[in-house]
Amino acid sequence: MSFVWTIAEQYEGRLKAVSFELLSRGRKLADALETKLASVLIGDGVREAEMQELIAYGADEVYSIQDPRLAGFVCESYSNVLSSIIKTYRPSIILAAATSTGRTLMPYVAINVKAGLTADCTELHIEEGTGNLLQTRPAIGGNIMATIKTPDHRPQMATVRPKSSRPLVPDPARVGKIIEVPIEDAMIDTRVTVKGYRSDAEDFVNLEEADVVVAGGKGMKRGENFAMLRTLAETIGGVVGASRDAVDRGWIGYPHQIGLSGKTISPKLYIGAGISGSIQHLAGIKTSENIVSINVDPDANIHKVADFGVVGDLFDVLPELQRQLSARLDGNRRKGA
Amino acid sequence: MNIVVPIKQVPETSNVKMNPETGTMIRAGVETVVNPLDLYAIETALQLKEQHGGTVTAITMGPSQAEKVLKEAIAMGCDEGILVSDRKFGGSDTWATSYTLAKAIEKFGTFDLIIAGERATDGDTAQVGPGIAAWLNIPLATYVARVESVDDRSLTVERLVEEGYQIIEMEKPALITVVKAIASPRLPTLRGKKRAKTATIPLYNAENMDVDPASLGLRGSPTKVVKIATPKVTRGGTVVSATDEQSVASAVEQLMAFLESRELV
Repeated sequence: MSFVWTIAEQYEGRLKAVSFELLSRGRKLADALETKLASVLIGDGVREAEMQELIAYGADEVYSIQDPRLAGFVCESYSNVLSSIIKTYRPSIILAAATSTGRTLMPYVAINVKAGLTADCTELHIEEGTGNLLQTRPAIGGNIMATIKTPDHRPQMATVRPKSSRPLVPDPARVGKIIEVPIEDAMIDTRVTVKGYRSDAEDFVNLEEADVVVAGGKGMKRGENFAMLRTLAETIGGVVGASRDAVDRGWIGYPHQIGLSGKTISPKLYIGAGISGSIQHLAGIKTSENIVSINVDPDANIHKVADFGVVGDLFDVLPELQRQLSARLDGNRRKGA
Repeated sequence: MNIVVPIKQVPETSNVKMNPETGTMIRAGVETVVNPLDLYAIETALQLKEQHGGTVTAITMGPSQAEKVLKEAIAMGCDEGILVSDRKFGGSDTWATSYTLAKAIEKFGTFDLIIAGERATDGDTAQVGPGIAAWLNIPLATYVARVESVDDRSLTVERLVEEGYQIIEMEKPALITVVKAIASPRLPTLRGKKRAKTATIPLYNAENMDVDPASLGLRGSPTKVVKIATPKVTRGGTVVSATDEQSVASAVEQLMAFLESRELV
């Protein structure tokens, strides 16, 4: 026993990408502990062929708990289900994605099963000798990395950011077991009902899938100045992101936030303007292919992670960049014509 | 409608200075404030009170100085503040913190709604709000961007999730955590500040609360911090200086050349 578990997530009967990312983290830990890796799927309408994918991506077992009443995420019902199977199977480690679901379900369950829970882990290792899970996470604005363990309680629970690990190469020949776990009516909490979903929200931005992200921080000084970034993003074919400082000041909406408390991105090009580069923000951009920094402070952290850094006032540099970019695009157009 | 708002005292800036020798936080000269994200919870509570009547009570766990953030909450318009403070609570992780706060809310009495901020800007776990709901066994909705409606029995809210918004209806009493999109926090009023000055803040401690000593503080915390390190991340690229008109133009030319060399423009 004492398996390593990952929590698979689904939306409308399809598995989400995080389900596969978690398996690469889980596989490493299960191998270090010489135990098995199981993926727990709570939801509705996920077909067996798709569950087989979880096995191809590294799971030894899949616990499938499916019921129409579990189609949409309801914390209380999901928690009842997960707590119940934890008590039955007694896993050693449970990993979930730091998504709106994972960050809600895990703390609720951790109380019910008296488990230690560590949020937003960037590194997970097994401690030599004890077999305890060592969980490293940024804290205090990313100024420190704290390594945390749960010596006396099981399971050891942790969340990790989406996109912070790559899925393994799938092996369709991998053999595993799919175990259907029935639910009891009492597990469905009737105090909460999902009325539906709405995705027509304005100011919604798909940061994670953009090729170019132009982000602004505290140095932008005011919300209106983000117009410069929007124009630049439009010219270069990207979207606008922001640091937590800018979002906390209300200059731009939360869906634009990059960093450990926002989105983790891996675009071809990231341009950060007026962003000092807290570890939290850097953790959100460090998988970008190319990083360009524009900051007046020569000691700003963001210059240290940049492929190209400009030490200068963004209110001088951005307009000049806009001018040269537009001129170049005009030139290209003329050449094309 | 009676609303409880758990708030936290945090360092004023997230760019806290660390002592490189000891790996500990340099607290001297660091101002503390209400966790900025808790202001959205306070604002939501005050708006609901304006629409539906009732009371708003702010509650915080921390050292005695944390009384300051309760006074700030009262200055914004909260009716009262409760300080949960005891040396025995020191070193609590999110499990022990949510236990202690849940017990304090039980001691406070009946409520219809608990509204918490999305997370605190220092610890950044977003675990205490959901933990309180679990201890009290009440429905939980996180990342709430809008309260659509409230009636005698239930409330309907919209949660900001990856696919857009999830609309859920939940019976009261319930706990919601709110995101910034929900409201713009008001500033304290002069009248509020005066009231805050004279307000008496009740103290809840291990003596007058019904708590299990084994679940408190460091001892009651399942997680233990084993190491603190100051992280380093470097890429070592080209850095150019742009301090006057000429150097701005030349820096941007070099940047353009860089973007071209990487086939980005």
